Amino acid sequence: MALTLNVNGTSHTVDVEPETPLLWVLRDNIGLTGTKYGCGIAKCGACTVHVDGKKAFSCTMKVSAAVGTEITTIEGLSEDSSHPLQLAWIEGDVPQCGYCQSGQIMAAAALLSQRPNPSDLDIDAAMSDNICRCGTYSRIREAIHRAAEIAGG
Amino acid sequence: MTTMEIDRRTFIVTSASAAGGLMLGFYMPTGADAGVMGSPWTAEEGGQEVNAWLVIDPDNSVTIRVGQSEMGEGVFTGMPMLVAEELQCDWSKVRAVYADVNRHVQNFAEPYMVAAGAAKETDNLYQRMGTGGSGAVRRSRLYLMQAGASARERLKQAAADAWGVDRSAVTAENGMLSAGDKSGMFGEFAAAAAGIQLESEPAIKTPDQFTLLGTSVARLDTPVKVNGSAVYGIDAQVPDMVFAAVEVAPVPGGSLVSYDFDAVKDRPGVIAAYRLGEGGIGVLHYNLDEVANRVTGIQSGVAVIADTYYRALTALQLMPKEWDDGGHGDVTDTSIINGALEVLANPDDPSYNPAHSVGDARSAIDASSNVMEATYTTPYLDHACMEPMNCTVHVTADRADVWVGTQNPPRAIAAAAEEAGLPEEQVHVHNCFLGTGFGRRSRPDEVRQATAIGKALGRPVKVIWTREETARQAKMRPYSVYHFAAATDANGKPEAYWNRVVSHSIFNHQIPQFLRDGIDSQAVEGLDKRLPYDFANAQVDYAIRDSHLPVHWWRAVGASQNAFALEGFIDELAHAAGADPLQFRLDLLPEDSEFRRPLEVAAEGAGWTTDLRRGEGLGIGMAEAFGTIVVHVAYVTVSRRGQLRVETVDAAIDCGHVIHPKMVEMQMESNVVYGLTAALYGEIHIDKGAVVEDNFDQYLMLRINEMPEVRTHFALSGGDKWGGVGEPGLPPIAPAVANAIFAATGKRIRSLPIRNHDLI
Repeated sequence: MALTLNVNGTSHTVDVEPETPLLWVLRDNIGLTGTKYGCGIAKCGACTVHVDGKKAFSCTMKVSAAVGTEITTIEGLSEDSSHPLQLAWIEGDVPQCGYCQSGQIMAAAALLSQRPNPSDLDIDAAMSDNICRCGTYSRIREAIHRAAEIAGG
Repeated sequence: MTTMEIDRRTFIVTSASAAGGLMLGFYMPTGADAGVMGSPWTAEEGGQEVNAWLVIDPDNSVTIRVGQSEMGEGVFTGMPMLVAEELQCDWSKVRAVYADVNRHVQNFAEPYMVAAGAAKETDNLYQRMGTGGSGAVRRSRLYLMQAGASARERLKQAAADAWGVDRSAVTAENGMLSAGDKSGMFGEFAAAAAGIQLESEPAIKTPDQFTLLGTSVARLDTPVKVNGSAVYGIDAQVPDMVFAAVEVAPVPGGSLVSYDFDAVKDRPGVIAAYRLGEGGIGVLHYNLDEVANRVTGIQSGVAVIADTYYRALTALQLMPKEWDDGGHGDVTDTSIINGALEVLANPDDPSYNPAHSVGDARSAIDASSNVMEATYTTPYLDHACMEPMNCTVHVTADRADVWVGTQNPPRAIAAAAEEAGLPEEQVHVHNCFLGTGFGRRSRPDEVRQATAIGKALGRPVKVIWTREETARQAKMRPYSVYHFAAATDANGKPEAYWNRVVSHSIFNHQIPQFLRDGIDSQAVEGLDKRLPYDFANAQVDYAIRDSHLPVHWWRAVGASQNAFALEGFIDELAHAAGADPLQFRLDLLPEDSEFRRPLEVAAEGAGWTTDLRRGEGLGIGMAEAFGTIVVHVAYVTVSRRGQLRVETVDAAIDCGHVIHPKMVEMQMESNVVYGLTAALYGEIHIDKGAVVEDNFDQYLMLRINEMPEVRTHFALSGGDKWGGVGEPGLPPIAPAVANAIFAATGKRIRSLPIRNHDLI
């Protein structure tokens, strides 16, 4: 059936079954491949996007539930990689393979929007849903603190 | 939608239009400031190739081709640094792309490279295109530096010819050529340089002359990895592409008995179903005498094709299927390990072969009244790459294109060519970024399977394995079990040492010609003559006991588990002797041992002491792998309720030389996380012949709240030593943590994972 989604400020009409996970609609129907498939059961965080500004696992969220919301993916976090987290990620050379990093950055962005100056415990609580097999965790933590500094001027 | 020819120089990708439909777009380079394009195979346009490794544009930007695979270890930065060190180009204008593997298999090394002694005539163009064995820098640095040096001298000669001066009067620096009052950019002389032959090729720099190497420049691949533009295999988009979901026999070696496509063929978007393979487990046949080596056989299963992946997957899951278990239905991990333990318990089992022998350890142990014995076990493991396995192909009558993140593009070409029925020259593998590899992506079973599907379908198709399918089709790190016996003197110092090892052999599985007198050298890495310790009498015996499961190289290979057993037993000996485990090791190492310095450096970094409160412990683990020694000292706490926390890891590394210190630190952290994940949680159970842990709800991963502080200490010996970095930091972490747990609690961990042990 035809559903209309608002992704990164643009309206998209897609013909999919309503139970299709948002992840596959973003990737296959809309062509936004920055959001990654990792587990399909909301246990790795690679698929993290924002729905109405809040963190969501797009691999288990039915697309029908996303109709009428504002969806933001890594491609829409900023136009030119200028979000404080992206600047901090580049400054700290955080990614290794990079596959999980879209989800890491989106999870961190949701955290910063709630807590502009997160403590290490806040970061543990907010980022433990996201697996990184390369082990960039220490650098993710440092970059979140650095992004908070950048955002705070 | 029109079909357009896809070739190396003008690759077309689809991009999302504002209206939400798919449109064709040409991925144009956006300038030299984009150090890496999102699609890392994107060919350069408009520049001048000076040699196969590098292209110089009129604006002086330099594209350097990378033969290794970028899976996080940093080759898209490190390999260009090796070339640029000699080329003397402007590093801020360097761009990295993948070297073309089709060109590699069709061409031999360039004559200048042979003349310089940096390649053999029979080497293929890019020499070493497989990424593994922690070999990127140590095995390619000489020819990459030669490529840069030989190009530089040709640029200087071109300028000298233009200016009427001698080449020796021309200097090259930061992308500029100059002599007296003349100067010009590399870009102005690149075309002339490409046609120049030199009488002799220049020598390359020695480490004391490095200026770029040894600095922690920004990684070139970071920008595309923070905005979603980096293209991994799973992201490849080809015009007119459809999707395949696959399921193969859950028991390796089993097969598909039947399936009922009629039950799902009318579901939305469903196009076709194909029966896959004829059984077998997709063995990689590895042969050093061939350019590439082949995966033979496709596991028996079925693919469902649809216009989107989710539609294909849903139809596949709903489609009735029957499987047989290949006769392995009664196998469990317990039955496999128990079989191995039976061999381990019987020193006279005929399957043993000697791997190492000094003096007469067995007689000394038989005669001694002071013998320590212990048995250690380590389980099967999955690589659990972050990116599930996938491959996109387009097979036509005279050409096959393959988009995949692979650690071994020549092997991928060979697999695709054989399955497509085309010569390798007509197969093009477009390597993508790898969402980790860890060894898994060096075995192109997914490429062969996808090629078979693409050939049957006749149009572009993206094959994605679910996480569960990726896990069920794991090519596992083998289990290994160990028995140790040592006869000690009155002071507890071992006089005789006898170690028996039984494992599932990777060599026996896929490279039987590499077995030497029954010994799989990887399975006894660090245990045979490579033992760090000095025993007057030592005997090491090895026996192969395989199962039906396919096994493959997993990060750090044999060392990943051997160090856990050896370093645990050494720690037991130290404690039995009432000795300080640090001093006990130092006393047991030969005087000239290369382990001494990193051991002392790690211990100092950790503030080594045995005087800690109950519940706190320091533990040592050390190993040499891929030419590099790493020593870890772990500091752990164990609460009264048995809750373990690994607080810090002091990691000392001697890899000889370092070309990018920050990336070495990142690899040390990465290895600690990968190794600690396995040590704490890693275990694949087998039930009814099949893998049990098929997703992250059961196969647990270390997360940010469990991350220890990793402090890397460089203990570099320099000289001729060039060791690897991507794996050697893994083996010491499990024993360091297990030994620290003993120090904290008195509980000895002799089997992994640690989560199976009660620490109260």
